Amino acid sequence: MNLQINNRFKSILGLLLLISLYFVAPVTAAQSDSTVVDTVAKVATTATTDSASVDTAGTAVVTDSSATNVSEAVADGAAVVKAEEATKIAPQVYKNFFYYVLLFLVACTIIAVVGKIHSVYVLTRKMNGKYNPLSNNNWQAGLLLLFLVFFLSGTYYSYSVWGSWAWREAATEHGKEIDQMFIITLAITTFVMVVTHIVLLSFTYVYRMRAKRTAYYYPHNDSIERIWTIVPAIVLTVLVLFGFFTWRSITNVPEELQKSAIQVEVLGEQFQWHVRYPGADGIIGKRNYKMTSPTNGYGIDFNDKNSWDDIRGEDIVIPVNKSVRFHIISKDIIHSFYIPDFRVQVNAVPGMTNYFQFTPTVTTEEMRDRMNDPNYNFIMLCNKICGSGHWNMGKKVIVVTEAEYKDWLSKQQKYFTEELQQEFANTDQVEGITTASVN
Amino acid sequence: MSSTVISHDAGHHDAHGHHHETFLTKYIFSQDHKMIAKQFLITGIIMAVFAMLLSLLFRIQLAWPDKDFPILEVFLGKWAEGGRIKPEFFLSLVTIHGTMMVFFVLTAGLSGTFSNLLIPYQLGARDMASPFMNMLSYWFFFVACVIMIGSFFVESGPASAGWTIYPPLSALPTSIAGSGLGMSLWLASMVLFIASQVMGGVNYISTVLNMRTKGMDLWRMPLTIWSFFLTAIVGLLSFPVLVSAVVLLIFDRSAGTSFYLSDLVVGGQILPNEGGSPILFQHLFWFLGHPEVYIVVMPALGLTSEVISTNSRKPIFGYHAMVYSLVGITVLSFIVWGHHMFVTGMNPFLGGVFMITTLIIAVPSAVKAFNYMATLWRGNIRFTPAMMFAIGMVSFFISGGLTGIFLGNATLDINLHDTYFVVAHFHLVMGSASIFGMLCGVYHWYPKMFGRMMNEKLGYFHFWLTFVGAYLVFFPMHFMGIDGVPRRYYAFTEFPFMEKWVSVNVLVTWAAIIAGLGQLAFLINFFGSIWNGKKATQNPWNSNTLEWTTPVEHIHGNWPGEIPTVYRWPYDYSKPGHDEDFIPQNVPFSQTMSSNMMHDFEGDDEAVRIQEQWNKENNRVVEG
Repeated sequence: MNLQINNRFKSILGLLLLISLYFVAPVTAAQSDSTVVDTVAKVATTATTDSASVDTAGTAVVTDSSATNVSEAVADGAAVVKAEEATKIAPQVYKNFFYYVLLFLVACTIIAVVGKIHSVYVLTRKMNGKYNPLSNNNWQAGLLLLFLVFFLSGTYYSYSVWGSWAWREAATEHGKEIDQMFIITLAITTFVMVVTHIVLLSFTYVYRMRAKRTAYYYPHNDSIERIWTIVPAIVLTVLVLFGFFTWRSITNVPEELQKSAIQVEVLGEQFQWHVRYPGADGIIGKRNYKMTSPTNGYGIDFNDKNSWDDIRGEDIVIPVNKSVRFHIISKDIIHSFYIPDFRVQVNAVPGMTNYFQFTPTVTTEEMRDRMNDPNYNFIMLCNKICGSGHWNMGKKVIVVTEAEYKDWLSKQQKYFTEELQQEFANTDQVEGITTASVN
Repeated sequence: MSSTVISHDAGHHDAHGHHHETFLTKYIFSQDHKMIAKQFLITGIIMAVFAMLLSLLFRIQLAWPDKDFPILEVFLGKWAEGGRIKPEFFLSLVTIHGTMMVFFVLTAGLSGTFSNLLIPYQLGARDMASPFMNMLSYWFFFVACVIMIGSFFVESGPASAGWTIYPPLSALPTSIAGSGLGMSLWLASMVLFIASQVMGGVNYISTVLNMRTKGMDLWRMPLTIWSFFLTAIVGLLSFPVLVSAVVLLIFDRSAGTSFYLSDLVVGGQILPNEGGSPILFQHLFWFLGHPEVYIVVMPALGLTSEVISTNSRKPIFGYHAMVYSLVGITVLSFIVWGHHMFVTGMNPFLGGVFMITTLIIAVPSAVKAFNYMATLWRGNIRFTPAMMFAIGMVSFFISGGLTGIFLGNATLDINLHDTYFVVAHFHLVMGSASIFGMLCGVYHWYPKMFGRMMNEKLGYFHFWLTFVGAYLVFFPMHFMGIDGVPRRYYAFTEFPFMEKWVSVNVLVTWAAIIAGLGQLAFLINFFGSIWNGKKATQNPWNSNTLEWTTPVEHIHGNWPGEIPTVYRWPYDYSKPGHDEDFIPQNVPFSQTMSSNMMHDFEGDDEAVRIQEQWNKENNRVVEG
């Protein structure tokens, strides 16, 4: 029966091989061609294959580019011919594809041959009466044991290499608590993962099937089951309580601290962030999305005088060791305000304001020293799928000393620009006069 | 009306005698649970291959973000102009990959296949409670699949708002092209799919409750049945909520309502919608969405329990604890959905509550993992390909489940939410673990489905490629997440701190490609063995459950003659005193006097007396 499968398999395989050989034959020829060209002028071949592959633009462009390439390097007739072919269907693309298909089929053939050799070996063992029906079983058990080694060393490798790439200490006050909890959880889970895998994969080896053994009939043991219900329950309770109180302390900031903090509003839209500082009065003016206009993209309600001195921040700049309360809002769809280094994240949801209050403890300069990277920056990312530009919707976050912060703030522009003031004055003249006088 | 009922009944009785089965009624519009199971399985496999190809496409983009692959343009046209996948299409790929894998493969393909196959077989029923509804369930699912694939052929492209389709992104075609016709098709497909699930679920539950054979009380059901039963309950209670979410979203999109929309300025356009809340959708979605992950993983746990017990030649350890932990998971799964929303601006106190319920659910999961290991202990383990996949499933369930302790903790979730850590977590614990549960089921019950054996060698080859591949693909992602790399990013090139991960992405993508190609070994094995496999014997794995008492050739009604009666629980493997290492469920205790234990009789005094007398006559000493 086995043979039958393989026969059919072989014929299909052979057919596929033939087909792809047919397609690949010119490739190999072309490749040997190009190796010759390579030795003459490497630049020419790479350039032509490039142009051959990108050539949707049209005849003119391709011939142009190939012409320049050719003039640059040693002219080669084959290259020009190739480029002209490419103007229509880019056969090189198909050829490359079938080249990989062929490679894959070759790999399949090798595997099939190895499998066949193994079957022949097993057959001869059987004929000689030396075949052990459990030998495959032992093999698989051994492989699982080997996998255990791979798994443990892989875990070690990834923790030490990728772990060190990934881990940076938090640069905020509450972030330190999160880090501490993270490390405790990591220690517990890693321990459990390693121990359970050692148990799982050594049991499979130790208790692999033997000819003369029967398994131990052992349907249950209530006391053991009770232990491994209660122990995880206790560990989890500890983690839950620890987590719950930390979570409350992060999200449930007392009202007076909320008021004394620096207020910053961040508005997300596809695909950028806007930052608004409250200005001298310390109060962020009202926003009304219905007031959004080409000049007032933020939708600030300038009827609210608190908004007149609101400051537009190019980046998010905050002073170190000062509590900052972020008001996160969205103009269109859901975004997420996420600063990995600060352990800060909250979604920007249209129609509601979310808050996150935290205290940065490390300035950007200090962080650069710490990272030994003079270009390092804290970055705020959008972390909720929001469309085609989701992947590059970020904003630089700069932590500075208080003096630098004040200095920076004084240099920023106001949202209520001259242009807007005029527009505002025109629409509402009475208010407009006071506007002009105040500013 | 009544006359049609009568004539239908009459026809049904006739059909027992002589079959007028055409190709159409036997293979296409079949009402036979075995055929419907195969239909679900093959459709599921096709969807899995499709969804896997999508994942390879975006893996290629992630590994080589600056490279052109002109061949992609040949296949994808404008979505990969110049051989580079476009960001919008990248989002479509991740969206449809997720949707198909979660719903079509791991929900319908897994529980649809094995609930249909095993519930009647293992309970000793001739078919499902309602075969016609069962057929409808498949065809609704099939149409849902066709519509979802069809969405690749509309001009604005398939849905691309993520598989969670959070509005407003999914509600406003102006915010992303995929939210045009593509999203409408997604929603239509999902409504049909949910209808299919509800019909299936009603059927599974009523079959389990009403159609068990004589002697099959609830505590004698195999764990597979327990898991399918509880899965169906979870599905029946949660899927309708998704329908409501989807229907309201359809209203928002098409009828101008504002259930989820408020205060929106999109592309400079001030929208008239007022008063809705996007958070409402998230609540409705995750009220299904979280139970859904248990819908996905519980059947896998059930199949694994059965396979591990059979191949360890040992009763499953702590059968009652296994059932109770499944029940615990079922109940708790409904009150943990908020852990997907810790940072959405949901009331933080509520977040704290959800965190407590979430971490409680880890306890029954832990019990299950430990019980699997205890089952292996002092077993006599036979490594069939199914057993290999079952062991792989346990491994994934542990290593993926443990990271849930991070994500379920609201405090840690602040920094990990929506990063690659989440991707790694759920791909291990519900993706890989469930797929492995499903494959373990396919390898184990293939002889029952097709009457032939699969090729073992290819099976092992498939297992090792997939097992090692899956770990190589998903394990590194944890570290990207800890570093703060968000998921669904088109390329890691825009922010300097992510660039170091591109090299890891190359490893991940190669692992994915090789493991993906490895699935060909499975496909060849699966489809080839249908015609060319070795003929199966009636009970190839020496298993106890009832499906192995049916003849190899499928017949209408499963058993020729009487339905077997059940006398014992399904896990009498290696019972001391018996000459074989298994005792099928339909073997009465009177035939196994030498191995009976006193607690087998559950307080039946007469049986105990007979047994004691037999023991005395045969000098048998019983411990305990």
